[in-house]
Amino acid sequence: MADTALMPGGQGVEAAEAAFRAAQRRRVLRRRLLPASGILAMLVLWGLLVWVLNVPPFVAPSPLAVAATLYSKFGMLMANLWPTALEAILGFLLGNFAAIVIATVFVHKKSAEEAFFPVVVLINTIPVVAKAPILVLLLGNGMEPKIAIAALICFFPTLVNMVRGLEAVNPQAMELMRVLSASRREVFFKLRLPTALPYLFSALKIAASTAVIGAIVGEWIGSTVGIGALIIQATYNFDSALLYATVIVGSSFSVAFFLVITGLERLVVRWQAPVVA
Amino acid sequence: MATATAVTAARPAPASAPAEAAIACRNVAVRFVTERRTVTALEDVSFEIAAGSFLSLLGPSGCGKSTLLRVVADLVQPTEGRVTVLGGSAEAARRDHALGFVFQDAALLPWRTAIQNVTLPLEVGGRSALPAGSPTPTELLAMVGLAGWENAYPHELSGGMRQRVSIARALLGGPKVLLMDEPFGALDEITRDHLNEELLRIWQETRTTILFVTHSIYEATFLGESVLVLAANPGRVREMVAIDLPRDRSLAIRETEPFMRIAARLRRLLGD
Repeated sequence: MADTALMPGGQGVEAAEAAFRAAQRRRVLRRRLLPASGILAMLVLWGLLVWVLNVPPFVAPSPLAVAATLYSKFGMLMANLWPTALEAILGFLLGNFAAIVIATVFVHKKSAEEAFFPVVVLINTIPVVAKAPILVLLLGNGMEPKIAIAALICFFPTLVNMVRGLEAVNPQAMELMRVLSASRREVFFKLRLPTALPYLFSALKIAASTAVIGAIVGEWIGSTVGIGALIIQATYNFDSALLYATVIVGSSFSVAFFLVITGLERLVVRWQAPVVA
Repeated sequence: MATATAVTAARPAPASAPAEAAIACRNVAVRFVTERRTVTALEDVSFEIAAGSFLSLLGPSGCGKSTLLRVVADLVQPTEGRVTVLGGSAEAARRDHALGFVFQDAALLPWRTAIQNVTLPLEVGGRSALPAGSPTPTELLAMVGLAGWENAYPHELSGGMRQRVSIARALLGGPKVLLMDEPFGALDEITRDHLNEELLRIWQETRTTILFVTHSIYEATFLGESVLVLAANPGRVREMVAIDLPRDRSLAIRETEPFMRIAARLRRLLGD
């Protein structure tokens, strides 16, 4: 944090510094309090609307009803989060691993990129809701199609970013490697891969939330467990409180997954200021 | 044909002894084919530089001075002519790790600390150990005035400090030829003056042959034992100018009459 303030006249240096530090503390506190109060205000508004407009519980629940459901059905919600989380994480690992490997091939074999990149773009244009039934037909009713959907949805952004990152090498650093008679392997591991890491992480942060979406969409089609299945069941039963509670559990997991990747990025990419995704 | 020989005051390189030249270019031409036309970057460039001497390459932008440096570094293949570096081909000199190159932007790897950047040449190209008796990375950082900054990352260093790290990296392993491509061009004048003095000191300590590209008349005159003036469109040799100033130079020499006379002559050569 590089805060600066103009020092006012007619005041000692110490007094000015003390005033500056007090103002800085106030700013830090405000940065934490304001978002919290914003969320609280939204919840109050939601509760008031449900109460004033007398919305029936099968249309929309009050925040208190959602909180009660979160508490009473916590075990059941967690039991349904588990398969979704597993599908999302496995799909994330699989899709990103494949994307990194293929990006490496593309960068070293231009003809492979020219031949197969259009195929990748074509597959990417199929909407997730259309991919899901195709994969369920191919892979059955278990976890596999959900993992495959999560993997596919992660694959494209990572592939594009990784190819860009591997090619974003400083041309003078490339010339340096040539003057040093570095092999292609050395150029890849010493120069290309570290250059690509910030690009890779911005893709991984996107993938962390889309992988969860992929798993949930996969569960909409032929599944009895998972966040996606629970959403469908709650909707058909007009159990709006359970529906909202399920959605909250699903997005909390997405946020947690995103934060884990962000933390990992801070550990690995230390040489540049963190880029806001 | 414009042939010129870098004659130094201390050690004259006789034209009849080409074996003594560290770098020799004979009728070098470089052409680039583009969609619209074929561009001649260099045409019929010939010169020689004696081992251990300091040659400035001076010319307007687009005269191909950077291209010429890249031909010597085996980064660009000449279309015509022959380049001899240390008695063999440029490629052989590169594979022997006899060349050091300093780029205009320091080209440091941002994920490596200063000392890790300096040791990079030991990790690639099949060279694992320093030649016996050559300075260690720590000693090189001290030589460029960065003792105590070993573990700083490039983003924590100023532009001048980054360029010092890249000079230390180029000096690792004691290269016989140091090629510098406008290394101080992006720095402010005060830092640049300071680094010019330091470079002279480093050159006198290491006795390496230096080929220094610049578009600053003062820098070329202050640093070089001779200046190869290039003209543009196409890039060609205008004249080889010997700088008969003492080797031990301080910045104050730039205000002396002989220095000004040489600078004025170079300016006329560039203007013609």
